[in-house]
Amino acid sequence: MKKRRGNPDIEPGAPSTFGAVATGTEGDRAAGPGRGAELADLREVAVHAKPYYADETTIWSWLSTTDHKRIGIIFFVMTSVALLIGGVLAMVLRLEHLTPDPTVMSAATYNQVFTLHGVIMVWFFLIPSIPAAFGNFFVPIMLGAQDVAFPRLNLATVYFYLVGLIVTVVGLVAGGADTGWTFYPPYSSQTFTTLVPILIGVFILGWSTILTGINLIVTIHTLRAKGMKLMQMPLFVWAMYGVSVIQVVATPVLGMVLLIISLDHGLDWGFFDPARGGDLILFQHLFWFYSHPAVYIMILPAMGVISEVVLALSHKNPLSYKAIAYSTFGIAFAGFLTWGHHMFVSGMSTFDAGVFGVLSMFVGIFSAIKVFTWVGSMYKGSISLRTPLVYVFAFLFLFVFGGMTGIAVAATSLDVHWHDTYFIVAHFHFIMVGASLTAWFAAIHYWWPKMTGRMYSEAWGIAASILVFLGFIATFFPQFLLGNGGMPRRYYYYPDHFQALHVMSTAGTWVLALGMTIALIYLIFSLFYGARAPMNPWGARTLEWAVPSPPTRHNFEVTPLIEQDPYDYSNPLREVRPNPLYDPELERHRSTERSP
Amino acid sequence: MYTPRVQPFFEDLEKQRHAAKLGMWIFLGSELLFFAGLFAIYAFYRTLYPETFQLGVDHNSKLLGSINTALLILGSTMVASAVNFLRLGQRRIATWLVAATAASGVLYIAIKSTEYGMHFSHGIYPGGVGHFFAENPDPGFPVFFTTYFALTGLHVIHVAIGVALLGWKAWWIRRDRVDPTGAYRLGIVALYWHFVDMIWLFLWPMFYLLGTQR
Repeated sequence: MKKRRGNPDIEPGAPSTFGAVATGTEGDRAAGPGRGAELADLREVAVHAKPYYADETTIWSWLSTTDHKRIGIIFFVMTSVALLIGGVLAMVLRLEHLTPDPTVMSAATYNQVFTLHGVIMVWFFLIPSIPAAFGNFFVPIMLGAQDVAFPRLNLATVYFYLVGLIVTVVGLVAGGADTGWTFYPPYSSQTFTTLVPILIGVFILGWSTILTGINLIVTIHTLRAKGMKLMQMPLFVWAMYGVSVIQVVATPVLGMVLLIISLDHGLDWGFFDPARGGDLILFQHLFWFYSHPAVYIMILPAMGVISEVVLALSHKNPLSYKAIAYSTFGIAFAGFLTWGHHMFVSGMSTFDAGVFGVLSMFVGIFSAIKVFTWVGSMYKGSISLRTPLVYVFAFLFLFVFGGMTGIAVAATSLDVHWHDTYFIVAHFHFIMVGASLTAWFAAIHYWWPKMTGRMYSEAWGIAASILVFLGFIATFFPQFLLGNGGMPRRYYYYPDHFQALHVMSTAGTWVLALGMTIALIYLIFSLFYGARAPMNPWGARTLEWAVPSPPTRHNFEVTPLIEQDPYDYSNPLREVRPNPLYDPELERHRSTERSP
Repeated sequence: MYTPRVQPFFEDLEKQRHAAKLGMWIFLGSELLFFAGLFAIYAFYRTLYPETFQLGVDHNSKLLGSINTALLILGSTMVASAVNFLRLGQRRIATWLVAATAASGVLYIAIKSTEYGMHFSHGIYPGGVGHFFAENPDPGFPVFFTTYFALTGLHVIHVAIGVALLGWKAWWIRRDRVDPTGAYRLGIVALYWHFVDMIWLFLWPMFYLLGTQR
């Protein structure tokens, strides 16, 4: 293997550098040094233990696993498949818009395809992609824990997801839905498409989301390694905490709304039927009460990933740890008070619209705090420009672009013009795809060595990331122009003078798809032929880089002692030592050591 | 004799107990938000049709509703005492109290079903179907009764789940001869039952008491 640039202390097996200033509590310091250093052979055990995926190899051992790492991998694969389905649907949609008239499908099919694209991308990819895959895999390791608090519940989330996906796909095969992913009545109560399986599928999936949220919150509260205070947790964990809170609070409201729409559509209960005293706008309020915070379920984990990658690859203390951690909760909180901005033209008083507009702009303040802190953290850092960091740059550009247009559409006067046009489509794709998807790619590349034990090809990685970025811009930038020119979203036909921009957008999807295909190929290639990953290829300080690549079944053979802050790049990297106070196994081991 | 096993990733039983309780509380918070959607619908429509909602409330049987309230409160008391008895090692009493709570839940479901039967016989079905709505064309009635069926129906489903959980716990305490350290696992089911109870304490005034005060 080629020797890598970077810190000298990242080579596996390098002598540990003790003697730095301890950052733990008084008690830890009193108990720590001198005692844990006798554990060379315990470390041997850790080095020679099998990686988590080779611990048992039967299919049943995967289907019934309670190992958070395997569950993370299963989610990673399942959400990637969802991305593939949703992505192919997106490409078919863009293909349809190559010409103003019918190109490859009928209008009815077009309606069903954009509905499924939305449903699959939002609920089966964006929401679980980072929390359920990377959150499950890394949150316990980052906390120094051996597993999540409820491993069996964690396994259940896999099956809720799977059943939800299957029910939804059954709905798709049985006829599909054509309401758009927002299911607005009265159309959703009256459409003749098979809506109910899709609603129930998403409802079941919601259970997976809620249970993942509960599991992560309880894990963060009860399983932190001794000595790790809340304000010493890695920023990714903070982001996952914020996301989990939103998942637990907002998802059940969506579940209720989906149930009610199922009852309206399937049994004709008429909850929102004005002829029976119902009110249509009420649905939109309930729906967006969930679905706007859901946007933050999609973006906050991405922000957590960005925080990790920026700090690890610029080897720099965060400009302000607290600013990044607190702004997460600022976004999570403000996100609950902004749902009305989806409904400016649905019938809302000017005063309400103004209030919702201003509250929406608050989200911009917290997002800006994060962006400035990330950029500031890179200043004078020792930056190694690897693929994850290239994706971070793409993220920063696209997120700021999407965020600024978000501020613009939060202003009622502008939104009335842009509402339900391609401008909105472009805006939220800049956030959902431009930011969340690039962060997802950053997460894949950043943690690939740890998850698989292999290095991907850096050159191909950077090439693919540039293609993804350019393809993305080519796809969605023209849509801003289209929307501003008056092209409504979800329309099958369009006037001829929009064709040039539509063709540009369609061509962009091909570049984007090419970039993602290249990524898929070299990542799979690296699984078999990639160089073996060292324990800490980036020289990062968080705990997941202190365990072998890939980790063993129980992550840490003994509970680690937390002596260094997660981003303490001012001091040399210290080897993580076992906590001598709190581990009975270790105590037993040491007592046998001493009595030959 | 059953003593809860400490999972290897928890430091001690205390931490594990704390985690289990915290998890249940968060889950119940989530459940509350689940009901909140329907509560919001009720609040919205009640503001829209205040008089019709009062007339609709009059249509429900105050007596049966109040008996059900008493049953649930009695059940909550019994299951809470059961947790305490189990903590003191009084396994027999605890088993009987849990079983009695489950029985009170079954009785609740029976009374609720009788009420539904009465509605159906008066021509009141969810979705504004039935001769009642033809005779009373006020648009507030369909939303009132649809909301009523949805909220109480969802609540009955929760009661049924609670009954199943309590029955299972009663059987478990008896079979495994649970010792006092295992009481917290019964406590978690008890928390769920209290939640079901609390929801009903809001449904009771909403659908039985806040009528025209005749």
